[in-house]
Amino acid sequence: MIEVTDLHKSFGDNHVLKGVTANFKKGDTSMIIGTSGSGKTVFLKCLLGLFEPDNGDICYDGRHYSKMTLKERRELRKEMGMVFQSGALFDSATIENNIMFPLKMFTNHSEEEMLDRVNFVLQRVNLENINNKYPAEISGGMQKRVAIARAIVMKPKYLFCDEPNSGLDPKTAIVIDNLIQEITDEYQIITIINSHDMNSVMEIGEKIIFLKDGLKAWEGSHLNIFKTDNKAVTDFVYSSNLFKKVREVYNKG
Amino acid sequence: MKYLKNIGKYFIMLGQVFRRPQKRAIFRENLFKEIEELGLKSIGIVAFISFFVGGVVAIQTALNVDSPLIPRSLIGFATKRSIILEFAPTFMSVILAGKVGSYITSSIGTMRVTEQIDALEVMGVNSLNHLVLPKVIAAVSFYPFIVLLAMILGIVGGWVSGFATGLFSSDEYITGIREDFKVYLIQYSLIKTMVFAFMIATIPSFYGFYVKGGSLEVGKASTKAVVWTSIVIIVLNYFLTQMLLG
Repeated sequence: MIEVTDLHKSFGDNHVLKGVTANFKKGDTSMIIGTSGSGKTVFLKCLLGLFEPDNGDICYDGRHYSKMTLKERRELRKEMGMVFQSGALFDSATIENNIMFPLKMFTNHSEEEMLDRVNFVLQRVNLENINNKYPAEISGGMQKRVAIARAIVMKPKYLFCDEPNSGLDPKTAIVIDNLIQEITDEYQIITIINSHDMNSVMEIGEKIIFLKDGLKAWEGSHLNIFKTDNKAVTDFVYSSNLFKKVREVYNKG
Repeated sequence: MKYLKNIGKYFIMLGQVFRRPQKRAIFRENLFKEIEELGLKSIGIVAFISFFVGGVVAIQTALNVDSPLIPRSLIGFATKRSIILEFAPTFMSVILAGKVGSYITSSIGTMRVTEQIDALEVMGVNSLNHLVLPKVIAAVSFYPFIVLLAMILGIVGGWVSGFATGLFSSDEYITGIREDFKVYLIQYSLIKTMVFAFMIATIPSFYGFYVKGGSLEVGKASTKAVVWTSIVIIVLNYFLTQMLLG
Protein backbone atom coordinates (compact mmCIF):
# COMPACT_ATOMS: atom_id res chain seq x y z
CA MET A 1 0.00 0.00 0.00
CA ILE A 2 1.16 3.54 -0.74
CA GLU A 3 -0.01 6.10 1.81
CA VAL A 4 0.43 9.76 0.97
CA THR A 5 -0.11 12.21 3.81
CA ASP A 6 -0.40 15.99 3.47
CA LEU A 7 2.00 16.27 0.54
CA HIS A 8 3.30 19.75 -0.27
CA LYS A 9 5.61 20.81 -3.09
CA SER A 10 6.59 24.30 -4.24
CA PHE A 11 8.83 25.63 -6.98
CA GLY A 12 9.90 29.10 -5.86
CA ASP A 13 6.68 31.03 -5.20
CA ASN A 14 4.57 28.48 -7.07
CA HIS A 15 2.89 26.26 -4.48
CA VAL A 16 1.98 23.30 -6.73
CA LEU A 17 0.85 20.67 -4.22
CA LYS A 18 -0.98 22.11 -1.22
CA GLY A 19 -1.50 19.10 1.03
CA VAL A 20 -2.60 16.01 -0.90
CA THR A 21 -3.59 12.92 1.09
CA ALA A 22 -4.36 9.61 -0.65
CA ASN A 23 -4.02 5.83 -0.33
CA PHE A 24 -3.34 3.34 -3.10
CA LYS A 25 -4.04 -0.37 -2.65
CA LYS A 26 -2.46 -3.47 -4.15
CA GLY A 27 -4.27 -4.75 -7.25
CA ASP A 28 -6.01 -1.39 -7.90
CA THR A 29 -5.60 0.72 -11.00
CA SER A 30 -5.78 4.25 -9.63
CA MET A 31 -6.03 7.31 -11.82
CA ILE A 32 -4.96 10.84 -11.02
CA ILE A 33 -6.97 13.23 -13.15
CA GLY A 34 -7.26 16.97 -13.43
CA THR A 35 -6.74 19.87 -15.79
CA SER A 36 -3.28 20.90 -16.98
CA GLY A 37 -1.38 22.61 -14.18
CA SER A 38 -3.39 20.93 -11.42
CA GLY A 39 -0.27 19.20 -10.05
CA LYS A 40 -0.75 15.67 -11.44
CA THR A 41 2.76 15.27 -12.85
CA VAL A 42 4.41 16.85 -9.79
CA PHE A 43 2.40 14.46 -7.57
CA LEU A 44 3.51 11.47 -9.64
CA LYS A 45 7.15 12.63 -9.66
CA CYS A 46 7.02 12.98 -5.86
CA LEU A 47 5.76 9.38 -5.64
CA LEU A 48 8.62 8.30 -7.90
CA GLY A 49 11.16 10.17 -5.80
CA LEU A 50 12.14 12.43 -8.69
CA PHE A 51 10.97 15.45 -6.66
CA GLU A 52 11.64 15.84 -2.95
CA PRO A 53 8.42 16.88 -1.16
CA ASP A 54 8.66 20.06 0.92
CA ASN A 55 6.33 18.66 3.53
CA GLY A 56 4.25 15.58 4.20
CA ASP A 57 5.08 11.92 3.91
CA ILE A 58 4.90 9.03 1.47
CA CYS A 59 4.88 5.53 2.92
CA TYR A 60 5.55 2.52 0.67
CA ASP A 61 4.39 -0.65 2.42
CA GLY A 62 5.47 0.70 5.78
CA ARG A 63 8.67 2.38 4.57
CA HIS A 64 8.67 6.15 5.06
CA TYR A 65 10.36 7.92 2.14
CA SER A 66 11.38 10.95 4.21
CA LYS A 67 13.34 8.72 6.61
CA MET A 68 15.22 6.76 3.95
CA THR A 69 18.89 7.21 3.07
CA LEU A 70 19.91 7.87 -0.55
CA LYS A 71 20.90 4.21 -0.90
CA GLU A 72 17.58 2.98 0.52
CA ARG A 73 15.74 5.28 -1.88
CA ARG A 74 17.66 3.81 -4.84
CA GLU A 75 16.79 0.32 -3.60
CA LEU A 76 13.12 1.32 -3.34
CA ARG A 77 13.17 2.58 -6.91
CA LYS A 78 14.16 -0.89 -8.11
CA GLU A 79 10.66 -1.92 -7.00
CA MET A 80 9.11 0.74 -9.24
CA GLY A 81 8.25 0.65 -12.92
CA MET A 82 7.47 3.79 -14.83
CA VAL A 83 5.87 4.39 -18.22
CA PHE A 84 6.72 7.93 -19.27
CA GLN A 85 4.50 10.09 -21.46
CA SER A 86 7.12 10.09 -24.19
CA GLY A 87 8.09 6.46 -23.60
CA ALA A 88 11.61 7.65 -22.62
CA LEU A 89 13.23 4.70 -24.37
CA PHE A 90 17.01 4.97 -24.77
CA ASP A 91 17.20 5.98 -28.41
CA SER A 92 20.77 4.76 -28.92
CA ALA A 93 19.90 1.22 -27.79
CA THR A 94 17.88 -1.51 -29.48
CA ILE A 95 14.50 -2.55 -28.08
CA GLU A 96 16.13 -5.67 -26.62
CA ASN A 97 18.84 -3.63 -24.87
CA ASN A 98 16.30 -1.10 -23.64
CA ILE A 99 14.33 -3.81 -21.86
CA MET A 100 17.40 -5.75 -20.79
CA PHE A 101 19.10 -2.71 -19.24
CA PRO A 102 17.60 -2.97 -15.72
CA LEU A 103 18.29 -6.71 -15.70
CA LYS A 104 21.92 -6.14 -16.68
CA MET A 105 22.27 -3.39 -14.10
CA PHE A 106 20.68 -5.04 -11.10
CA THR A 107 20.71 -8.80 -11.54
CA ASN A 108 23.34 -11.47 -12.03
CA HIS A 109 21.32 -13.49 -14.54
CA SER A 110 23.07 -15.10 -17.47
CA GLU A 111 22.68 -13.57 -20.94
CA GLU A 112 20.33 -16.42 -21.85
CA GLU A 113 18.10 -15.93 -18.80
CA MET A 114 17.91 -12.20 -19.46
CA LEU A 115 16.99 -12.79 -23.09
CA ASP A 116 14.25 -15.22 -22.05
CA ARG A 117 12.81 -12.62 -19.68
CA VAL A 118 12.98 -9.91 -22.39
CA ASN A 119 11.16 -12.14 -24.87
CA PHE A 120 8.59 -13.06 -22.21
CA VAL A 121 7.70 -9.43 -21.41
CA LEU A 122 7.68 -8.53 -25.11
CA GLN A 123 5.19 -11.33 -25.73
CA ARG A 124 3.21 -10.13 -22.71
CA VAL A 125 2.72 -6.74 -24.37
CA ASN A 126 1.94 -8.48 -27.67
CA LEU A 127 5.15 -7.58 -29.47
CA GLU A 128 7.41 -9.98 -31.30
CA ASN A 129 10.38 -9.85 -33.68
CA ILE A 130 11.35 -6.29 -32.86
CA ASN A 131 14.32 -7.11 -30.60
CA ASN A 132 16.90 -5.60 -32.91
CA LYS A 133 14.98 -2.52 -33.96
CA TYR A 134 15.67 0.94 -32.55
CA PRO A 135 12.92 3.02 -30.89
CA ALA A 136 12.83 5.41 -33.86
CA GLU A 137 12.01 2.48 -36.16
CA ILE A 138 8.73 1.51 -34.44
CA SER A 139 5.35 3.27 -34.09
CA GLY A 140 4.26 5.40 -31.09
CA GLY A 141 1.89 2.67 -29.88
CA MET A 142 4.65 0.08 -30.06
CA GLN A 143 7.00 2.42 -28.18
CA LYS A 144 4.44 2.70 -25.37
CA ARG A 145 4.17 -1.10 -25.24
CA VAL A 146 7.96 -1.42 -25.13
CA ALA A 147 7.98 1.14 -22.31
CA ILE A 148 5.44 -1.02 -20.43
CA ALA A 149 7.59 -4.10 -21.09
CA ARG A 150 10.66 -2.30 -19.70
CA ALA A 151 8.66 -1.13 -16.69
CA ILE A 152 7.55 -4.66 -15.76
CA VAL A 153 10.73 -6.56 -16.62
CA MET A 154 12.00 -6.33 -13.02
CA LYS A 155 8.62 -7.48 -11.63
CA PRO A 156 7.87 -4.17 -9.87
CA LYS A 157 5.59 -3.74 -6.89
CA TYR A 158 4.53 -0.29 -8.04
CA LEU A 159 3.74 0.76 -11.60
CA PHE A 160 3.41 4.44 -12.51
CA CYS A 161 2.20 5.73 -15.86
CA ASP A 162 2.28 9.35 -16.98
CA GLU A 163 -0.41 9.87 -19.62
CA PRO A 164 0.25 6.54 -21.31
CA ASN A 165 -2.30 7.26 -24.05
CA SER A 166 -1.15 10.69 -25.16
CA GLY A 167 -0.55 10.85 -28.89
CA LEU A 168 -2.23 7.52 -29.58
CA ASP A 169 -5.32 6.79 -31.68
CA PRO A 170 -8.42 5.71 -29.66
CA LYS A 171 -8.12 2.05 -30.66
CA THR A 172 -4.46 1.76 -29.62
CA ALA A 173 -5.23 3.76 -26.46
CA ILE A 174 -7.79 1.14 -25.40
CA VAL A 175 -5.25 -1.63 -26.07
CA ILE A 176 -2.72 0.13 -23.80
CA ASP A 177 -5.36 0.74 -21.09
CA ASN A 178 -6.44 -2.89 -21.09
CA LEU A 179 -2.84 -4.06 -21.04
CA ILE A 180 -2.07 -1.95 -17.97
CA GLN A 181 -5.16 -3.24 -16.18
CA GLU A 182 -4.38 -6.87 -17.06
CA ILE A 183 -0.83 -6.50 -15.78
CA THR A 184 -2.08 -4.88 -12.54
CA ASP A 185 -4.51 -7.76 -11.93
CA GLU A 186 -2.04 -10.45 -12.96
CA TYR A 187 0.89 -9.29 -10.83
CA GLN A 188 -1.23 -7.75 -8.04
CA ILE A 189 0.74 -4.53 -8.10
CA ILE A 190 -0.16 -0.95 -7.26
CA THR A 191 -0.73 0.99 -10.47
CA ILE A 192 -1.08 4.76 -10.53
CA ILE A 193 -1.88 6.48 -13.83
CA ASN A 194 -1.81 10.18 -14.58
CA SER A 195 -4.33 11.05 -17.24
CA HIS A 196 -6.79 13.55 -18.54
CA ASP A 197 -8.23 11.12 -21.04
CA MET A 198 -11.83 10.45 -19.95
CA ASN A 199 -12.02 7.34 -22.13
CA SER A 200 -9.22 5.79 -20.07
CA VAL A 201 -10.87 6.90 -16.86
CA MET A 202 -14.08 5.13 -17.87
CA GLU A 203 -12.20 2.07 -19.09
CA ILE A 204 -9.92 1.32 -16.15
CA GLY A 205 -10.42 3.92 -13.40
CA GLU A 206 -11.16 1.65 -10.43
CA LYS A 207 -10.11 4.49 -8.18
CA ILE A 208 -10.04 8.11 -9.31
CA ILE A 209 -8.46 11.08 -7.57
CA PHE A 210 -9.31 14.46 -9.01
CA LEU A 211 -6.74 17.19 -8.39
CA LYS A 212 -7.55 20.87 -8.66
CA ASP A 213 -5.06 23.64 -7.92
CA GLY A 214 -2.81 21.27 -5.99
CA LEU A 215 -5.54 19.86 -3.77
CA LYS A 216 -7.58 16.67 -3.87
CA ALA A 217 -11.00 17.94 -4.96
CA TRP A 218 -12.75 14.58 -5.30
CA GLU A 219 -12.18 10.85 -4.90
CA GLY A 220 -14.30 8.03 -6.29
CA SER A 221 -14.45 5.50 -9.12
CA HIS A 222 -15.55 5.35 -12.75
CA LEU A 223 -18.85 4.00 -11.51
CA ASN A 224 -19.80 7.16 -9.64
CA ILE A 225 -17.95 9.94 -11.48
CA PHE A 226 -21.09 10.76 -13.51
CA LYS A 227 -23.23 10.89 -10.38
CA THR A 228 -21.15 13.44 -8.49
CA ASP A 229 -22.32 17.03 -8.18
CA ASN A 230 -18.78 18.28 -7.44
CA LYS A 231 -18.56 21.28 -9.76
CA ALA A 232 -14.83 20.94 -10.46
CA VAL A 233 -15.32 17.33 -11.57
CA THR A 234 -18.44 17.99 -13.66
CA ASP A 235 -16.72 20.95 -15.38
CA PHE A 236 -13.80 18.65 -16.22
CA VAL A 237 -15.86 15.65 -17.32
CA TYR A 238 -18.42 17.55 -19.38
CA SER A 239 -15.90 19.74 -21.13
CA SER A 240 -16.01 16.93 -23.71
CA ASN A 241 -18.93 17.16 -26.17
CA LEU A 242 -19.15 13.38 -26.23
CA PHE A 243 -19.81 13.18 -22.51
CA LYS A 244 -22.28 16.10 -22.71
CA LYS A 245 -24.29 14.05 -25.20
CA VAL A 246 -24.00 10.96 -22.99
CA ARG A 247 -25.41 12.97 -20.08
CA GLU A 248 -28.29 14.27 -22.22
CA VAL A 249 -29.18 10.74 -23.31
CA TYR A 250 -28.82 9.49 -19.72
CA ASN A 251 -31.07 12.26 -18.35
CA LYS A 252 -33.73 11.54 -21.00
CA GLY A 253 -33.71 7.96 -19.72
CA MET B 1 25.39 35.08 -7.43
CA LYS B 2 24.13 32.81 -10.24
CA TYR B 3 27.71 31.91 -11.15
CA LEU B 4 28.54 31.01 -7.55
CA LYS B 5 25.41 28.87 -7.37
CA ASN B 6 26.41 27.07 -10.56
CA ILE B 7 29.95 26.45 -9.28
CA GLY B 8 28.49 24.92 -6.11
CA LYS B 9 26.10 22.79 -8.17
CA TYR B 10 29.02 21.68 -10.36
CA PHE B 11 30.96 20.41 -7.34
CA ILE B 12 27.86 18.66 -5.94
CA MET B 13 27.51 17.00 -9.35
CA LEU B 14 31.13 15.80 -9.16
CA GLY B 15 30.32 14.25 -5.78
CA GLN B 16 27.67 12.10 -7.47
CA VAL B 17 29.86 11.33 -10.49
CA PHE B 18 32.79 9.96 -8.50
CA ARG B 19 31.02 7.02 -6.89
CA ARG B 20 31.76 3.36 -7.38
CA PRO B 21 29.98 2.20 -10.58
CA GLN B 22 26.86 0.16 -9.79
CA LYS B 23 27.79 -2.58 -12.28
CA ARG B 24 31.38 -2.95 -13.47
CA ALA B 25 30.51 -4.75 -16.71
CA ILE B 26 28.20 -1.93 -17.80
CA PHE B 27 30.77 0.69 -16.79
CA ARG B 28 33.44 -1.09 -18.86
CA GLU B 29 31.11 -1.27 -21.85
CA ASN B 30 30.31 2.45 -21.54
CA LEU B 31 33.98 3.32 -21.10
CA PHE B 32 34.98 1.64 -24.38
CA LYS B 33 32.05 3.32 -26.13
CA GLU B 34 33.17 6.72 -24.83
CA ILE B 35 36.81 6.11 -25.78
CA GLU B 36 35.54 5.55 -29.31
CA GLU B 37 33.16 8.54 -29.29
CA LEU B 38 35.35 11.08 -27.51
CA GLY B 39 38.80 9.80 -28.47
CA LEU B 40 39.06 7.70 -31.61
CA LYS B 41 36.56 9.82 -33.52
CA SER B 42 38.62 12.94 -32.74
CA ILE B 43 41.87 11.59 -34.15
CA GLY B 44 41.09 12.64 -37.74
CA ILE B 45 40.49 16.31 -37.01
CA VAL B 46 43.42 16.46 -34.55
CA ALA B 47 45.78 14.89 -37.10
CA PHE B 48 44.64 17.20 -39.90
CA ILE B 49 44.92 20.42 -37.87
CA SER B 50 48.22 19.46 -36.18
CA PHE B 51 49.94 18.65 -39.46
CA PHE B 52 49.01 21.93 -41.13
CA VAL B 53 49.51 24.16 -38.10
CA GLY B 54 52.97 22.58 -37.60
CA GLY B 55 53.74 23.48 -41.22
CA VAL B 56 52.50 27.05 -40.79
CA VAL B 57 54.49 27.58 -37.56
CA ALA B 58 57.68 26.38 -39.32
CA ILE B 59 57.06 28.60 -42.37
CA GLN B 60 56.26 31.66 -40.21
CA THR B 61 59.42 31.11 -38.15
CA ALA B 62 61.55 30.61 -41.28
CA LEU B 63 60.20 33.82 -42.83
CA ASN B 64 60.98 35.80 -39.68
CA VAL B 65 64.48 34.43 -39.13
CA ASP B 66 66.44 36.32 -41.78
CA SER B 67 69.44 37.49 -39.74
CA PRO B 68 72.68 35.64 -40.56
CA LEU B 69 73.53 35.80 -36.83
CA ILE B 70 70.62 33.51 -35.95
CA PRO B 71 71.22 29.82 -36.69
CA ARG B 72 68.72 28.20 -39.11
CA SER B 73 68.23 25.37 -36.63
CA LEU B 74 66.11 27.84 -34.63
CA ILE B 75 63.24 27.10 -37.05
CA GLY B 76 63.01 23.48 -35.91
CA PHE B 77 63.66 24.44 -32.30
CA ALA B 78 60.95 27.13 -32.20
CA THR B 79 58.45 24.90 -34.00
CA LYS B 80 59.08 22.05 -31.56
CA ARG B 81 58.77 24.27 -28.49
CA SER B 82 55.63 26.07 -29.58
CA ILE B 83 53.95 22.80 -30.56
CA ILE B 84 54.91 20.91 -27.40
CA LEU B 85 54.29 23.75 -24.95
CA GLU B 86 51.14 25.36 -26.26
CA PHE B 87 49.75 24.21 -29.56
CA ALA B 88 49.29 20.50 -28.82
CA PRO B 89 47.94 20.71 -25.25
CA THR B 90 46.08 24.02 -25.21
CA PHE B 91 45.02 24.74 -28.78
CA MET B 92 43.99 21.12 -29.32
CA SER B 93 42.03 21.11 -26.04
CA VAL B 94 40.11 24.21 -27.13
CA ILE B 95 39.32 22.48 -30.45
CA LEU B 96 38.23 19.33 -28.59
CA ALA B 97 36.13 21.47 -26.23
CA GLY B 98 34.20 22.58 -29.30
CA LYS B 99 33.90 19.20 -30.97
CA VAL B 100 33.51 16.90 -27.97
CA GLY B 101 31.92 19.45 -25.60
CA SER B 102 28.98 20.13 -27.90
CA TYR B 103 28.52 16.37 -28.42
CA ILE B 104 28.48 15.71 -24.65
CA THR B 105 26.05 18.54 -23.83
CA SER B 106 23.68 17.73 -26.66
CA SER B 107 23.63 13.98 -25.99
CA ILE B 108 23.08 14.33 -22.22
CA GLY B 109 20.75 17.32 -22.71
CA THR B 110 18.59 15.40 -25.17
CA MET B 111 18.39 12.53 -22.69
CA ARG B 112 17.25 15.04 -20.06
CA VAL B 113 14.50 16.70 -22.12
CA THR B 114 13.19 13.35 -23.43
CA GLU B 115 12.96 12.01 -19.84
CA GLN B 116 15.58 9.29 -20.45
CA ILE B 117 17.55 10.52 -17.42
CA ASP B 118 14.36 10.38 -15.31
CA ALA B 119 13.89 6.82 -16.59
CA LEU B 120 17.39 5.92 -15.34
CA GLU B 121 16.74 7.53 -11.96
CA VAL B 122 13.40 5.73 -11.56
CA MET B 123 15.18 2.42 -12.20
CA GLY B 124 17.49 3.22 -9.28
CA VAL B 125 20.51 4.10 -11.42
CA ASN B 126 22.87 6.89 -10.33
CA SER B 127 22.49 8.66 -13.67
CA LEU B 128 25.41 11.06 -13.15
CA ASN B 129 27.77 8.23 -12.34
CA HIS B 130 26.41 6.12 -15.21
CA LEU B 131 26.58 8.86 -17.84
CA VAL B 132 29.46 11.11 -16.82
CA LEU B 133 32.11 8.92 -15.14
CA PRO B 134 32.92 6.89 -18.31
CA LYS B 135 33.31 10.17 -20.22
CA VAL B 136 35.70 11.60 -17.62
CA ILE B 137 37.84 8.45 -17.47
CA ALA B 138 37.83 8.12 -21.29
CA ALA B 139 38.88 11.75 -21.81
CA VAL B 140 41.51 11.88 -19.06
CA SER B 141 43.12 8.60 -20.10
CA PHE B 142 42.92 8.98 -23.88
CA TYR B 143 43.56 12.68 -24.56
CA PRO B 144 47.26 12.52 -23.56
CA PHE B 145 47.71 10.06 -26.47
CA ILE B 146 45.87 12.39 -28.82
CA VAL B 147 48.08 15.27 -27.70
CA LEU B 148 51.23 13.15 -28.19
CA LEU B 149 49.98 12.40 -31.70
CA ALA B 150 49.35 16.14 -32.25
CA MET B 151 52.95 16.87 -31.15
CA ILE B 152 54.41 14.30 -33.54
CA LEU B 153 52.26 15.31 -36.49
CA GLY B 154 52.85 19.02 -35.85
CA ILE B 155 56.61 18.51 -35.92
CA VAL B 156 56.34 16.30 -39.02
CA GLY B 157 54.13 18.97 -40.65
CA GLY B 158 56.87 21.55 -40.04
CA TRP B 159 59.48 19.25 -41.54
CA VAL B 160 57.34 18.58 -44.66
CA SER B 161 56.75 22.31 -45.13
CA GLY B 162 60.52 22.73 -45.48
CA PHE B 163 60.51 20.43 -48.52
CA ALA B 164 57.41 22.03 -49.95
CA THR B 165 58.63 25.61 -49.72
CA GLY B 166 62.42 25.21 -49.82
CA LEU B 167 62.69 27.74 -46.97
CA PHE B 168 64.92 25.49 -44.85
CA SER B 169 66.71 22.18 -45.21
CA SER B 170 65.83 18.91 -43.53
CA ASP B 171 69.18 18.86 -41.65
CA GLU B 172 68.67 22.36 -40.25
CA TYR B 173 65.16 21.46 -39.06
CA ILE B 174 66.16 18.13 -37.48
CA THR B 175 69.11 19.76 -35.71
CA GLY B 176 66.67 22.25 -34.20
CA ILE B 177 64.30 19.49 -33.09
CA ARG B 178 67.15 17.66 -31.28
CA GLU B 179 68.49 20.81 -29.64
CA ASP B 180 67.90 21.23 -25.89
CA PHE B 181 65.31 18.46 -25.77
CA LYS B 182 63.68 18.40 -22.30
CA VAL B 183 61.44 15.50 -21.35
CA TYR B 184 59.92 17.57 -18.55
CA LEU B 185 58.29 19.85 -21.11
CA ILE B 186 56.39 16.88 -22.51
CA GLN B 187 55.38 15.84 -18.99
CA TYR B 188 54.21 19.40 -18.31
CA SER B 189 52.20 19.31 -21.50
CA LEU B 190 50.57 15.98 -20.65
CA ILE B 191 49.69 17.12 -17.12
CA LYS B 192 47.98 20.17 -18.62
CA THR B 193 46.16 17.94 -21.10
CA MET B 194 44.77 15.71 -18.35
CA VAL B 195 43.44 18.72 -16.44
CA PHE B 196 41.88 20.13 -19.63
CA ALA B 197 40.41 16.73 -20.50
CA PHE B 198 38.71 16.65 -17.11
CA MET B 199 37.16 20.03 -17.85
CA ILE B 200 36.15 18.99 -21.39
CA ALA B 201 34.24 16.02 -19.96
CA THR B 202 32.70 17.59 -16.85
CA ILE B 203 31.65 21.14 -17.82
CA PRO B 204 29.59 20.10 -20.89
CA SER B 205 28.12 17.22 -18.85
CA PHE B 206 27.03 19.77 -16.23
CA TYR B 207 25.30 21.96 -18.84
CA GLY B 208 23.64 18.95 -20.46
CA PHE B 209 22.50 17.32 -17.24
CA TYR B 210 20.81 20.39 -15.79
CA VAL B 211 19.23 21.72 -18.99
CA LYS B 212 15.51 22.55 -18.77
CA GLY B 213 13.13 22.95 -21.66
CA GLY B 214 13.35 21.57 -25.19
CA SER B 215 15.64 21.28 -28.18
CA LEU B 216 16.26 25.04 -28.35
CA GLU B 217 17.52 25.04 -24.75
CA VAL B 218 19.75 22.05 -25.50
CA GLY B 219 21.29 24.03 -28.38
CA LYS B 220 21.82 27.06 -26.13
CA ALA B 221 23.32 24.85 -23.40
CA SER B 222 25.77 23.36 -25.94
CA THR B 223 26.96 26.84 -26.92
CA LYS B 224 27.33 27.90 -23.28
CA ALA B 225 29.21 24.68 -22.47
CA VAL B 226 31.73 25.22 -25.29
CA VAL B 227 32.27 28.88 -24.34
CA TRP B 228 32.75 28.14 -20.63
CA THR B 229 34.98 25.13 -21.22
CA SER B 230 37.21 27.20 -23.50
CA ILE B 231 37.38 30.03 -20.95
CA VAL B 232 38.23 27.63 -18.12
CA ILE B 233 40.93 25.97 -20.25
CA ILE B 234 42.55 29.32 -21.08
CA VAL B 235 42.48 30.50 -17.45
CA LEU B 236 43.75 27.17 -16.09
CA ASN B 237 46.48 27.20 -18.74
CA TYR B 238 47.78 30.44 -17.26
CA PHE B 239 47.84 29.10 -13.69
CA LEU B 240 49.25 25.69 -14.63
CA THR B 241 52.04 27.31 -16.62
CA GLN B 242 52.86 29.54 -13.66
CA MET B 243 52.80 26.56 -11.29
CA LEU B 244 54.70 24.03 -13.40
CA LEU B 245 57.19 26.23 -15.26
CA GLY B 246 57.33 29.43 -13.23
